[in-house]
Amino acid sequence: MMAQAQSVADRLRGLGGGKSKGAVETSSLTPPVLALRDLVVEIPTRHGVLRPVDGVSYDIHAGEILGVVGESGAGKSMAGNAVIGLLDRPARVASGRIRLNGERIEGVSPKKMRPLRGKKIAMVFQDPLTSLNPLLPIGDQLSETILAHLPVSKREARARALAALEEVGIPAAAERLDSYPHEFSGGMRQRVVIALALCAEPDLLIADEPTTALDVSVQAQIIALLKRLCRERGMAVMLVTHDMGVIAEAADRVAVMYAGRLAELGPVAEVLRAPRHPYTHGLMGATPLAAKGQARLNQIPGAMPRLDALPQGCAFHPRCPKAGPACSFSAPTPMRMSADHSASCHFPMMPEPEAAPL
Amino acid sequence: MTSFVRIRHLSRVFDVSKPWLNRVLERLPKTQLTAVSDVSFEIPERQVYALVGESGSGKSTIGKMLVGLLPPSEGAVEIDGVDLSRESDPGKLSATRDKIQMIFQDPYASLNPRWRVRDIINEPVAAKGGDTRGLAERLLEQVGLSPADAVKYPHEFSGGQRQRICVARALASQPRLIVCDEPTSALDVSVQAQVLNLMSDLQEDLGLTYLFITHDLAVVQHVADRIGVLYLGRLVEEADAEALFDAPRHPYTQMLFDAAPRMDGFGREVTPPKGEIPDPINPPAGCAFHPRCPMAEEWCKRERPDLRKYGSHRVACHFAQA
Repeated sequence: MMAQAQSVADRLRGLGGGKSKGAVETSSLTPPVLALRDLVVEIPTRHGVLRPVDGVSYDIHAGEILGVVGESGAGKSMAGNAVIGLLDRPARVASGRIRLNGERIEGVSPKKMRPLRGKKIAMVFQDPLTSLNPLLPIGDQLSETILAHLPVSKREARARALAALEEVGIPAAAERLDSYPHEFSGGMRQRVVIALALCAEPDLLIADEPTTALDVSVQAQIIALLKRLCRERGMAVMLVTHDMGVIAEAADRVAVMYAGRLAELGPVAEVLRAPRHPYTHGLMGATPLAAKGQARLNQIPGAMPRLDALPQGCAFHPRCPKAGPACSFSAPTPMRMSADHSASCHFPMMPEPEAAPL
Repeated sequence: MTSFVRIRHLSRVFDVSKPWLNRVLERLPKTQLTAVSDVSFEIPERQVYALVGESGSGKSTIGKMLVGLLPPSEGAVEIDGVDLSRESDPGKLSATRDKIQMIFQDPYASLNPRWRVRDIINEPVAAKGGDTRGLAERLLEQVGLSPADAVKYPHEFSGGQRQRICVARALASQPRLIVCDEPTSALDVSVQAQVLNLMSDLQEDLGLTYLFITHDLAVVQHVADRIGVLYLGRLVEEADAEALFDAPRHPYTQMLFDAAPRMDGFGREVTPPKGEIPDPINPPAGCAFHPRCPMAEEWCKRERPDLRKYGSHRVACHFAQA
């Protein structure tokens, strides 16, 4: 199987995909699998309109993993839910564009969204138990999804279900087709959920905290699986997580979100080694992984503001060590830091001449 | 030298059998789950000892036995020279228990939503009939909240603030040992940093001893003086934090370190560890780690390695070099 993975990777490279890190420039001829432009999600409430996602723009290309990172309440999951059309009412996409393979999908009718969901866009949630039906054997759940999206016979659907389970690395898959979700361990369940998401061969996979509920060793297995599938199938992956370590390991590019807005977007090595937005910088300092040998962690004072009490101007300014007078009345727009690295800050951090090795 | 906390040959077995009628009808034997098996370690005063392990390794069970929430099946917990399960003098026992407090993982579940913060913080002292005047206010200030918060209810606080309230409550009875069971796992990174810093400040100021239970290796590396690694209820390796991170000796510890995400791991291709933690009801014979171990030989399947001492390092592996 390794050899096969290798050959697929080679083929991708031959096509000009390059190492996935460089995929951004090379695939600019074809439209990105997912393109968000100034996406705004609003929740009207009695106390005014809340904006959990406020003017977010990013692309995800085929064969690329975009890590979306932020703390709770940053709006990272909300953006994913908007893409797949699973916003809970009264939350709605208020403005902006969501393009899937170049076609607009925001605000399309539920009837038109149904065939896209599962077929073109698939989703993996944090808790595998809640996304599996406890009363159905997993083989039936997989076949059901395949039959809903692909024109195949029942027998073939079952064969495909088996192939999907084998692909995600379930041992003795043929015997486990008739097992119920509770008979699997947490890691195996998450593999089943991934198989379920992949069985209709989607172009875009939204993985919302897929490893948060898992142990480190199982987490490493799931990350390796996601990376392999992304590479072999040329699938685009939106990896939503709060864990900087997972981002560093898995993502090609990273989008850092704060209070519904995009703070920083760029290649993962650049953003993590030399963050330009003070929030990203603070996050890295607060991460025990990056603060090796330091007696104290750098802490960001305060907490993420509530959506109904967002500060004027830059939402981060009350907690920001670099905030100036401009920050409290004008919200910064994304500024280019390098070819594909942008940060929304009036006073971006200067990269240190000799970035200390992490 | 006597240590403040001494855990000796601690074991805990849970009975997970089916109800007796089913057992009789289906002719099933009793099933027992060994959550903790023959664990011994010591914590010197003013040290941070961390227990690391994946889910099901028994780390929380040890924490519960230490504070007395669960009686041990075998072995003993000795705190400041008093054996918690065998001491017969109630006065001595109660005085020792006062020295122990606990902080739990989920600050949403460990605070009574119908109590005011003042009552929550005062309770450990009030329950013993102590003087609580001004106590809550003073403690709130100590953990970085405002004394005016004493009249509020838990729902008015964020996760990080709630965890601070839990810390304040734990400090109320002036304990010397605090057992922290995943105290920051439910918190965001920036808030986690605040709480970890607070806890290490308090440790220095008040001379506290911590037993830190967590699965997060990064946090462990940051806070711990000494680390015990648990696998399936047994201590497989124990060493000073630096020594352990520099040169882990047990293949399981090595596997954990390799699997943990790294900040500089961009595009790193790891061979993920194989397998998962086995079923604790039917643990593998011999060394419990052998089905997943890259070094395992026939020997490991038959014979369980003892926890042997190499300097200040203790390792339970047939292949640990001296």
